[in-house]
Amino acid sequence: MDEKVRHILEILENDARATPEEIASLIDMSAQEVSQEITKLEETGIIRHYKTIVDWDLVGENYVYAVIELKVTLERNQGYQAIAERIYKFPEVRSVRLLSGNYDISLTVRGKSMKDVAFFVAEKIATLDQVQSTSTHFVLKTYKEDGVILHEPETIKKLPVSF
Amino acid sequence: MRPPCDPSKFVADAVKNIPPSGIRRFFDLVSGLEDIISLGVGEPDFITPWHIREMCIHSLEKGQTSYTSNYGLPELRDELTKTYYRRYGLNYDPSSEVLITTGVSEALDIAVRTVVNPGDEVIIVQPSYVAYVPSVVLAGGKPVIVSTHRDDEFSLTAEALKPAITNKTKAIILNFPNNPTGAIMTQEELEDIADLIVENDLFVISDEVYECLTYGSKHVPFSSLDGMKERTIMLNGFSKAYAMTGLRLGFAMGSPEIIHSMMMIHQYSMLCAPITAQIGAIEALRNGKDEMERMVREYDRRRHFIVNGFNKIGLECCNPKGAFYAFPYIGNTGLSSSEFAERLLDEKKVVTIPGDVFGEAGEGFLRCAYAASIDDIRKALDRMGDFMDGLKQ
Repeated sequence: MDEKVRHILEILENDARATPEEIASLIDMSAQEVSQEITKLEETGIIRHYKTIVDWDLVGENYVYAVIELKVTLERNQGYQAIAERIYKFPEVRSVRLLSGNYDISLTVRGKSMKDVAFFVAEKIATLDQVQSTSTHFVLKTYKEDGVILHEPETIKKLPVSF
Repeated sequence: MRPPCDPSKFVADAVKNIPPSGIRRFFDLVSGLEDIISLGVGEPDFITPWHIREMCIHSLEKGQTSYTSNYGLPELRDELTKTYYRRYGLNYDPSSEVLITTGVSEALDIAVRTVVNPGDEVIIVQPSYVAYVPSVVLAGGKPVIVSTHRDDEFSLTAEALKPAITNKTKAIILNFPNNPTGAIMTQEELEDIADLIVENDLFVISDEVYECLTYGSKHVPFSSLDGMKERTIMLNGFSKAYAMTGLRLGFAMGSPEIIHSMMMIHQYSMLCAPITAQIGAIEALRNGKDEMERMVREYDRRRHFIVNGFNKIGLECCNPKGAFYAFPYIGNTGLSSSEFAERLLDEKKVVTIPGDVFGEAGEGFLRCAYAASIDDIRKALDRMGDFMDGLKQ
């Protein structure tokens, strides 16, 4: 990979709001070149999406998250893709992954309450033909999300002057 | 009642003769000040990568708190020699050509004491790290200073070195990538130095602690040059590359004769380097490459930011190719390095290190570490811009 592209991706992965001007001040490219490079990265799908990680607990919006494990049976002519597509279209579903191991698919679901989530799983997911069984695990606390630690880090005191 | 006495009379002359360090005074000026931004550090702002810390913790839980071999843990020496072979094709024997030390500081001290007889001249290239002169003085040697200059991007030239060599010259201390200038030397430039070394039958102590922190070009170990391995003690450590400063771990590599002699001092002064740090270092070499490279890329971006920033506010600054220091020129402000640094601290609360702390050749410059967050660097540059505007009025 081109070293400059790696720099741009690392900067944006860390801070999606970094402007082309800010990025240009950190690497050996002009703001216009950075802009063009980012457009290229967006068009080729290397940059998928820009998102914000929100700590909803702090604004009193107490969302409930659950991880749902699914065992599925595949039907003739239908692979995992088909069932994944049925599931990921629900806005309640935040992530869908196909896994190796004891179960097949793992979802993250967000709702307003435990009841909300439980009913969603019972009515919309468990009733799908291909779904053999579901197992719901409610999230009690999130410590780290997508590489971001969700609490104030301790600051370490270092000498202000050293050789 | 027995008479009182002045204990300072018991301090040996050699210690009394160590010149006061310019930094000590600066440290006193800084302490107690609030809202300061420091570009005055000589260490990474990153915390030691977790996998390394975790390995240290695990070793403590297991109870690995004993002495190690005087030379250091065999696994660590093994990993080190493999790493040097992989990076540079250099062959060092782990059982006889590596000594693990308590930081590069200890390695430097015993390297100098191993090589220097009283009266020997040792060439020190300045601006450079502050410990070289005192180490030579304490060993009874005579430091001979050779300066590098901005016009040569602070790399050492054979023309500058030649006149300093006399029939008493025993060794030369090199430090590239350099603290405080950030200069590196290319293979061709080093070859010229190597020719002079052979011509005059000299020895080299090469402090390469910033080895991993180069931008755009790969480091050249002095001992990798033809015929130089036997004439060189290479010093390096884990502080800068793996952000492990406080764990105090360094090493020396050289011929069996030299390494054994260094061990003779080390065994009675230090015995061995701390085992916890040695275990962390093994982990760093085995699994630390990705994290280290990520830190280097981050330094690279800060370097770009700070150098452009200095040039924008009217402080000429050439592009340092190694370490994590920028060395802007302040000579055209009419202030000396220490006046500039002290007023900047006093008026704008930005800590920088006056260049003359690193030798006379550093007068007219400031050492500014960019091992700080972009936010802090931005704030420091804003304040320094204000300071420069104030000077113009």
